[in-house]
Amino acid sequence: MDAVSASPTPAARVGRAVRVTGPLIEADGVPDVAMGEILRMGAGGISAEVVGVDGARATMQAYEYTGGLRVGDPAAGTGQPLTGLFGPGLLGHAFDGLMRPLSSAPLWLRPDRPGDDADGIRSHRWTFVPAVAAGDTVGEGDVLGTVPTTGAVEHRVLTPAGCAGTVERIAAGEVGELDAVARVSGRDVHLSERWPIRRPRPHRERLTDPVPLHTGQRVLDLFFPVARGAAAAVTGGFGTGKTMLLQQVAKWCDADVIVYVGCGERGNEMADVLDDLGRLVDARTGGRLVDRTVVVANTSNMPMMARELSIYTGVSIAEYFRDMGHDAVVIADSTSRWAEALREFANRRGDLPAEEGFPADLASELAAFYERAGRVTTLGGQEASVTVIGAVSPPGGDMSEPVTTISQRFVRAMWMLDRDLAYARHYPAVHWSGSFARDAAGLARWQTVHGDPEWAQRRARALEVLAEADRLESLAEVIGVSSLPGRERVVVLGGRLLREGVLAQNALHPNDATCADAKGAALLDLVLDVIDACHAAIARGVSATALERVDMGPVIRAAQDGGPEDATAIAATRERMLDAIRRVS
Amino acid sequence: MSGDGRAPSWAAGEPRVAHRDVQAIRGPLLVVGGVDGVGWDESAQVATEEGVRHGLVLELDGDQATVQVFEGTDGLVPGAIEVRFAGSPLRVPVGAGWLGRVCNGRGAPLDGGPPVTGDRLEPVAGWPMNPVDRDPPHEPVLTGVSAIDALTTLVRGQKLPIFSVAGLPHLALATQIAAQATSAGTRFRVVFAAMGLTHADIAYVRDRLEERTSSGELVLILNAADDPAIERILTPRLALTVAEHLAFDDGADVLVVLSDMTNYAEAVREVSAARREIPARRGYPGYLYSDLASLYERCGRVRDRDGSVTIVPVLTMPAGDITHPVPDLTGYITEGQIVLSPEIAARGVYPPVDTLGSLSRLMRHGAGARRTRDDHLDVAAQVLAALARARQSAALAELVGAAALGETDRSYLAYREELERELLDQGDAESRSLEETLDRAWTALATLPRQELTMLSPEMIRAHLELPDEGVDDA
Ligand SMILES: Nc1ncnc2c1ncn2[C@@H]1O[C@H](COP(=O)(O)OP(=O)(O)OP(=O)(O)O)[C@@H](O)[C@H]1O
Ligand SMILES: [Mg+2]
Repeated sequence: MDAVSASPTPAARVGRAVRVTGPLIEADGVPDVAMGEILRMGAGGISAEVVGVDGARATMQAYEYTGGLRVGDPAAGTGQPLTGLFGPGLLGHAFDGLMRPLSSAPLWLRPDRPGDDADGIRSHRWTFVPAVAAGDTVGEGDVLGTVPTTGAVEHRVLTPAGCAGTVERIAAGEVGELDAVARVSGRDVHLSERWPIRRPRPHRERLTDPVPLHTGQRVLDLFFPVARGAAAAVTGGFGTGKTMLLQQVAKWCDADVIVYVGCGERGNEMADVLDDLGRLVDARTGGRLVDRTVVVANTSNMPMMARELSIYTGVSIAEYFRDMGHDAVVIADSTSRWAEALREFANRRGDLPAEEGFPADLASELAAFYERAGRVTTLGGQEASVTVIGAVSPPGGDMSEPVTTISQRFVRAMWMLDRDLAYARHYPAVHWSGSFARDAAGLARWQTVHGDPEWAQRRARALEVLAEADRLESLAEVIGVSSLPGRERVVVLGGRLLREGVLAQNALHPNDATCADAKGAALLDLVLDVIDACHAAIARGVSATALERVDMGPVIRAAQDGGPEDATAIAATRERMLDAIRRVS
Repeated sequence: MSGDGRAPSWAAGEPRVAHRDVQAIRGPLLVVGGVDGVGWDESAQVATEEGVRHGLVLELDGDQATVQVFEGTDGLVPGAIEVRFAGSPLRVPVGAGWLGRVCNGRGAPLDGGPPVTGDRLEPVAGWPMNPVDRDPPHEPVLTGVSAIDALTTLVRGQKLPIFSVAGLPHLALATQIAAQATSAGTRFRVVFAAMGLTHADIAYVRDRLEERTSSGELVLILNAADDPAIERILTPRLALTVAEHLAFDDGADVLVVLSDMTNYAEAVREVSAARREIPARRGYPGYLYSDLASLYERCGRVRDRDGSVTIVPVLTMPAGDITHPVPDLTGYITEGQIVLSPEIAARGVYPPVDTLGSLSRLMRHGAGARRTRDDHLDVAAQVLAALARARQSAALAELVGAAALGETDRSYLAYREELERELLDQGDAESRSLEETLDRAWTALATLPRQELTMLSPEMIRAHLELPDEGVDDA
């Protein structure tokens, strides 16, 4: 047992339930009840968190189905906030919103299943490799030792925050999941740490210069990039491809650790993520992708308030790995379901609703969540980050609804998925006019320093062509494309090449699922050069019709011709195409 | 459809304390005072002079319990009723005893048979399935309907709704699927639940499903338009509880058809309004998403176990509006959608599936090599891409006149006609094998110039279009 859970329960503090309506419970008479405290309700002892105290009455949100709970049932204080066990058993596994392991849970999730510290669940033995020796001096956040795990992510056991001094004892070799591995200036440090799920983990300071997170998705990396430690959101109506895009990022981005939070979404998708990641190989490490991933699954039919919690569970797990010096990405699908849980509870509590029934503090809740993203110097002095990427599911695809508009204010990048693009099977359906990347300028500087000074210019030109092509296409719909002057017909053609040859990316094609920066840049150069060549041809007096007859298939297929890292094949295509266009008369 | 009014025997439970202190009746809700020791979500019986009604505890506050009455509160007089609480959530018997039966929306027999009994009782709300125990769906359910099998393949364990508009033949399609669907090499069972259908529709459903019902493969659970509206909240849960146990205990592949979910959602809205809850959109409660998910998420497959639950909800979009909360929230939960379109119906095509607006998200896992046929996914992609192109040609024809179209555009228009005639249009009792369906797709594709078939490999084209003895190139 570790220190916190082993502490003796204070004298029983038991009150009585007086009201039960779904996940909302009220209880009277729990002495000294504290906000955020967990109470155990009824004979089954289901967990409920105190969210309001009024005199002797506590209002709670229950994390389980409350069926069978009666007025008069005991409400027992635990004196503890909701905690999770953070340790080496996280990577490669799935947990529910309360951070209980799902792999050891039964097929049907009834409320009476065991907690995360029940006998047997935490029986795994690990090997602890010390990094310090007895007598050494350590500061908070310093590495005490490492634990080899299945994947490539080094699991580091750190000196906890607020702890420093002389190492009095240090373990080596086999240890249990709940064992102490060191003693530092009178304090035991355990292999696994119990931490309040909602509480942000401390760091030294925030870093502000942007460094890109490479996602492997061209439309993001070339046009709407996200920086490490930034927050991003993807929004769009149902079926526009939010989940597919997030799963692609989870698979291919160049972070060390992924925390994938299925928040109020489909069970089959969670099974699919686990299955897929279990099969895919991480090109950077050679291990399986699942070994750098933690899945937090609270599907739409699991208890509603645990869904609300699952977002924080995900961020806290990511911060845990950040503190070890890793770059972590939290993917939350979907933050709208989390907001709905907030709304549901606020309504039951009788709070005055703001827009569309959402509570008035929705904006501050969302802001606080996105603010947990950041690139920081850790307590141990390492640079590390938590990037947060959330899906937003606007009702009716209406982008003026509260969760979308609020998210827009707080994220650094917004990827707007367009129903018409998805309908035309253009994936990822990220729309170039509705999306934004606030860090684009900063990231352009990074690209310049790191060998690609053209990055910003290429992006600006392509966005310009896309916007003009959009305008001309709606005009062409009315007057027919053949009525446009030659130069404009080339722009329309260019828009199509950019969309089909660069922006569209087939998640299911092994060559195209992910794309290296160099290959993306080469593809974009290819299309821009083809457009330039076409303009030159028009200036030479070539007809637009003749140009439109050139087989542009090689441009459109270029992305799939070579592997994800292969930019050389594209250069060859470029020469061939430019030559073909030069020969048009 | 209230049947013979007899309560199903399993609803009787043991005798309990009778509560007579009914303090308020509000819409479908009763507020009962002097309650002690009653649990939240416990089932209740409301005894009146005419018979027994059934309810659920929605809220406990001090000694008051708010009870939702499935049969509605019409005719209830506060002083003349007794409420008894069952000590458990609402449970129903499960087992093979349901097969071949026709019951009302609460499970009481409508077929003149005895009340349904089972091996044991299970709560109608079910339990969430542990997501790590799910097996991602990967085998097809074949419906015999070409538009679905070819282009939006239904996969065992999937939830795939039919979005329709009042007046379109969605009930014909839903019953056709229920009557014809099969899964290769396994036992296939169907649970068909009707919510708020007219008596004419119910007679139609019973007639269309008669054969499969009498052969003991199908369960019919029927809530009619003039049955209590609140009963509709129970009906799909009953259907799914029966289905889950046929699937995960008995190993059958079970298809659950739920029609019409718009009526169901209205019942949810009615209860919410009676509770004076703050509505989210168009009067529907904010929890409609979670409520619908608690039904649709009961589909799936379990790792290392036989059996599956596949759900096909049918709903009519009010005023054809896909952004209406019921289709919208459904679309956010289900794995794709099959959309029916009035324009296509007007062209005389049955089923009037808007193939471009429809999508089966799991099709790529459940169709193709080793699932259906090697060429399936490529053929489907080509059919749809060509159809999208044909639509542009049709728009152009409207602008410049069909006569002014180029040869390619004209061949696309011919393709669309051929596709509708060969593949998409079908008799409402005609069941086609997958072979026939895909061969018909090839016949339609054959009307296009070969160089337009960019999504098909030359080998495939040779195998299907250039061997005269295959008999598919004779169109
Ligand atoms: N990048 C992609 N490549 C190929 N197909 C895609 C891609 N993105 C989306 N799709 C197609 O669109 C379907 C829906 O995508 P997805 O599940 O990601 O939508 P969503 O926006 O998450 O919807 P919901 O809000 O209902 O969860 C997928 O099943 C797939 O068929
Ligand atoms: Mg999704």
